[in-house]
Amino acid sequence: MIEILRQPWPWWVSGPLLGLTVPILLILGNKPFGVSSNLRHICAACFPANVSFFKYDWKKESWNLFFIAGTLVGACIAWTWLSDYSESTLNPKLLTELSSYGIHDHSKVVPVEIINWSSLLSLKGFIMTVFGGFLVGFGTRYADGCTSGHSIMGLSNLQWPSLVATCCFMAGGFLVANFVVPLILKL
Amino acid sequence: MNKIYPNIKFLLAGILFGIILIKGEVISWFRIQEMFRLQSFHMYGIIGSAILTGMISIQVIKKFRIRTIDKTEIIIPPKKFQKGNIYGGLLFGFGWAITGACPGPLFAQIGTGATVVIITLISAIGGTWMYGYIRDRLPH
Repeated sequence: MIEILRQPWPWWVSGPLLGLTVPILLILGNKPFGVSSNLRHICAACFPANVSFFKYDWKKESWNLFFIAGTLVGACIAWTWLSDYSESTLNPKLLTELSSYGIHDHSKVVPVEIINWSSLLSLKGFIMTVFGGFLVGFGTRYADGCTSGHSIMGLSNLQWPSLVATCCFMAGGFLVANFVVPLILKL
Repeated sequence: MNKIYPNIKFLLAGILFGIILIKGEVISWFRIQEMFRLQSFHMYGIIGSAILTGMISIQVIKKFRIRTIDKTEIIIPPKKFQKGNIYGGLLFGFGWAITGACPGPLFAQIGTGATVVIITLISAIGGTWMYGYIRDRLPH
């Protein structure tokens, strides 16, 4: 029994459950699902620096900071007691290609051979964490939302700007994953 | 204290969300690479069925005028189009492919003990800050 609980869920279990976050947040307090706003709230709370974009009452949005703190805790719980990524169903083609870049361990959520504390100062490690993270934070705010706010919440509510944004997320990801990430991994 | 208590329910919802992210492997850098390389249906299945579930839920909420647990009306603000949806969307796509994480999974990855992702998150906060700082000079 515990073995079954520990295995990753198929998409048709986790997908609908993920989608239920939308009505759960609406019914709990009329809150639209969206994670990237938290990055803005953190800026507004910690370093507003007189930038008008960060001058608003972030405390009114503190529910979302509680939500994201919960996400971290939930991930910790699930990872510690309920999860086993060792028997992966990842595409063997991907794994073969990755091993040619020296990535053999895929039992964690990130490739630990290249994303770790000691690799931070190497060009590859820097791009994979600092540079990539910057793009995520800049891009999501510029796009006014991320995968949760646009792709799940926005599309669920039939918002066409969210469709535009989602298509751009995918287009940008396609381009970089296929043509740029292999070059970074070769560094 | 009265600030914390009403927010406990959102903390619990977040815990649920975090567990689902792990169990669905949505936070796996490897799954994101697979998705963008069209090597697996997994992520498409998850995002597609999540949207479908969200869509049906919102329709049900609207049709039956379901209210919140405090009995207030549920109103969802519309998304307004601006050019940033395109430019910002592309930039986020670039970052998503590199880090293998969108903002939610960044927090979840840290929860799995991948502590170096704290740096990725700090940098993402820096990116958001930079956007706020140069916002007036960007096309919208």
